[in-house]
Amino acid sequence: MSMTQEAQPWQAPEHDKPVEQVEGYNFAYLDEQTKRMIRRAILKGVAIPGYQVPFGSREMPLPYGWGTGGMQVTAAVIGEDDTLKVIDQGADDTTNAVNIRRFFAKTAGVATTEKTSDASLIQTRHRIPEKPLTDDQILIYQVPIPEPLRWVEPRETETRKMHALEEYGVMHVSLYESIARFGRITTAYNYPVQVNGRYIMAPSPIPKFDNPKMHQMAALQLFGAGREKRIYAVPPYTDVKSLDFEDHPFTIQSWEENCALCGADDSYLDEVITDDAGGKMYVCSDSDYCAERREAGHVGDQGEPQTPAQKGAAE
Amino acid sequence: MMALRDNGPLLEVEGLTQKYGHQIGCEDVHFSLYPGEVLGIVGESGSGKSTLLRCASGLMQPTAGTVRFDTRVDGLQDIYALSEAERRMLMRTDWGIIFQNARDGLRMNVSAGANVGERLMAVGERHYGSIRDVSSEWLEKVEMDLGRMDDLPRTFSGGMQQRLQIARNLVTKPRLVFMDEPTSGLDVSVQARLLDLVRGLVRQLGIACIIVTHDLGVVRLLSDRLMVMRRGRVVEQGLTDQVLDDPQHAYTQLLVSSILPV
Repeated sequence: MSMTQEAQPWQAPEHDKPVEQVEGYNFAYLDEQTKRMIRRAILKGVAIPGYQVPFGSREMPLPYGWGTGGMQVTAAVIGEDDTLKVIDQGADDTTNAVNIRRFFAKTAGVATTEKTSDASLIQTRHRIPEKPLTDDQILIYQVPIPEPLRWVEPRETETRKMHALEEYGVMHVSLYESIARFGRITTAYNYPVQVNGRYIMAPSPIPKFDNPKMHQMAALQLFGAGREKRIYAVPPYTDVKSLDFEDHPFTIQSWEENCALCGADDSYLDEVITDDAGGKMYVCSDSDYCAERREAGHVGDQGEPQTPAQKGAAE
Repeated sequence: MMALRDNGPLLEVEGLTQKYGHQIGCEDVHFSLYPGEVLGIVGESGSGKSTLLRCASGLMQPTAGTVRFDTRVDGLQDIYALSEAERRMLMRTDWGIIFQNARDGLRMNVSAGANVGERLMAVGERHYGSIRDVSSEWLEKVEMDLGRMDDLPRTFSGGMQQRLQIARNLVTKPRLVFMDEPTSGLDVSVQARLLDLVRGLVRQLGIACIIVTHDLGVVRLLSDRLMVMRRGRVVEQGLTDQVLDDPQHAYTQLLVSSILPV
């Protein structure tokens, strides 16, 4: 930005502006045949919880690794009355989330929201919202590597056989290895789970903090991997168990700090570096959860009061 | 370690034939193996030893013939008539396969302890402490230094890798172990130590064993019975000492007389 430029009046951030639906595309970008193909894969995935269903993944107008699998699933299930929320690392205002939300606002003309409770569809990367989901919502995950056995067995033919014959001993070998080296299970994200007592599934790179939320979740969970061309699903109210040993049970992360903005002690916290002198603060990674708590009057150590009553008390 | 049926054979191979197109891998092989018995298979390169071992150990379906194993629950069963799930279960519990090249039988990117514990975890053991106890017990049995338990197998010498492979296979107390040239590629002193170890374990645990080798010294030391193969066919079989000391077939005579005297 040049110094001579005149100061611009404040404008709403790009992602807050309403978006016009564009002409010339089919509803939600994909053609109807493709959507039917994807819906068939989704139905099969729901029928066999945790099983990876191959599907004819399409080119999307953004690169692999940016959520093409999740977008195709979203495009296949979205309807005109749906309200879409997109999060990336828990936040609604990050690049990936903003762009995918705008994409569906443009190509499907659907309503979008940042409120977890208002959304009927939530597409996510790396997080599950803190607020419990309900049975009229669908959670769609973007998945980079759908095969949980990939790191122990590189051969696709062999991993398929292992799934088919339920030979999951090697999954525990990797957990054993972690305990032998570090004294505890160090896998912190993409922590393998067993779905409905049968298939081992990669929960996508969500922190293991979120694994317990998948268990008996009321919402339907769909997983799309665009590059790897796989779709899988966890139906509502299904058992999802994180793998562990009897003497080294599964545990989730915990923090000594509370959220610096809203004071929450039960949410997943991001560490934010604030200066060059080692200053830092911990804030909720779920931006909507944090904002909602602040609106309800909760204030953290470094948060500013939001409600008039609090402002009065502060003055 | 007692077999369920003391009188019957543990493994029964009948009319086993494997063809690679017109090429014969092995042809019309018959033998029975009884619990606790060690059978040696010798022959020159290309005589069909390894083909026979692969067919008998469930790794490759033969063109013709049957391989029947005395399963713990159902008695003698044709292993190729079992479902793949049952066959693979058998292979990782009641059987052990020790490969010539330790890299084929080990997971090189996980520690020695995890290599030994893998079979336990595969059959449902979920207690870290007890898996570790059993693993270290077996590493001791194969004379490995427990201080190396958390090291990767690729940092081990060839002899140690081979001993690790043995521990990994014996941890589920199999009744039958297949060995494909277990000592080739090792120097003689390491070979001697390994053979001594295998002989001790096999006798102590009463494991039946099929050893494929081209080294007559190995079979002299380990095996009770011997089969000599040539061009895919068994040309002579009998008690080891009998075959080696009084060879009848011209090829066996050639084989025995080819040993270099020290």
